[in-house]
Amino acid sequence: MKNTKFSVVLNGLVTENPTFVLMLGMCPTLGTTSSALNGLGMGVATTFVLIGSNTVVSMAKNIIPDKVRIPCFIVIIATFVTLFEMLMKAYVPALYASLGLFIPLIVVNCIVLARAESFASKHPVFDSALDGLGIGLGFTMALTLLGCVRELLGTGKLFGQIIYPEQYGTLVFVLAPGAFITLGYLIAAINRLKRKQA
Amino acid sequence: MIYFTIFIAAVFVNNIVLSQFLGICPFLGVSKKIETAVGMGGAVAFVLTLSTIITWLIQTYVLVPLNLEFLQTIMFILLIAGLVQLVEIVLKKISPGLYQALGVYLPLISTNCCILGVAILVIQKQFNLMESTVFAFSTAIGFSFALILFAGIREQLSHMNIPKAMQGTPVALVVAGLLSLAFMGFSGIVK
Repeated sequence: MKNTKFSVVLNGLVTENPTFVLMLGMCPTLGTTSSALNGLGMGVATTFVLIGSNTVVSMAKNIIPDKVRIPCFIVIIATFVTLFEMLMKAYVPALYASLGLFIPLIVVNCIVLARAESFASKHPVFDSALDGLGIGLGFTMALTLLGCVRELLGTGKLFGQIIYPEQYGTLVFVLAPGAFITLGYLIAAINRLKRKQA
Repeated sequence: MIYFTIFIAAVFVNNIVLSQFLGICPFLGVSKKIETAVGMGGAVAFVLTLSTIITWLIQTYVLVPLNLEFLQTIMFILLIAGLVQLVEIVLKKISPGLYQALGVYLPLISTNCCILGVAILVIQKQFNLMESTVFAFSTAIGFSFALILFAGIREQLSHMNIPKAMQGTPVALVVAGLLSLAFMGFSGIVK
């Protein structure tokens, strides 16, 4: 029994990793990963929303009429996003400022709605919460990895710790083009690894 | 003059896709052919301008006077989702031709983050109604411009011999990166 619960989490982390496999939620992935810390923050915020919305959607799945389920899901998701937005504003204002627009935009992050529709509306409450946790962790991992690579190549730092002098960094990796290029090569590298295993 | 500055800034300097990272999903999803890119661009231009005007009015005349700004996210997303549905129904009745052309793309738009993004951006930038409308329309032009350019490149790319691991999304992302690098050349034209 424990095994299947664990596999639900693992599924989100590896098999259905939202960024590297499903390719969902690209906007925050590219937009917020200029440093490892920002990537981590965005990942945690999305995880929180995912767990919350998955749990509530799963609890309410028998009450919500089938025809209006998408608007209902969106309202549930938007509620959690607003909640987290207020919490962040109060406790981590610096992170809130640097993530900016992308916090309210979690509402339109395709992963959150996709999990509500494809998993939470068909599974029991506890499993749905675990699925939210797994997908959220997978997303966090991908964002942090992308943030680490960009921060290291761009500024020579990792989580703000200096690894090598900044003048050797390539600034373009912190700017917009670096986001696209880094993610492209990361996905290519993962494709390559997967093909070797198979 | 200020409208012209807003236009240039939104289309070239702060291009919504290539430097603000909004609307990446349709940018990667429907950019395999120039034809579909044009259709999507048209649909986005239509909905984006309309939704920005409506959300601006709601924010200024309903949410702010009632001190309900914290409901912004929920309110805006519901308005946009409702608006998309409404536009779909109205278009079907009034102009079947346009509906045929834009029809497939309309439902996809409510999950396009650039719509909600722009609605929130104009509030943050404290634009007035006219400026917001111009900003929304120019942003949509910028989106279509980037989308069509990208589609053109991808059509050529499909004839190329690309390493297996790079095929599909990875190579598209790298191309988008190079395109974004080219657009960085515009920075500094307007502040």
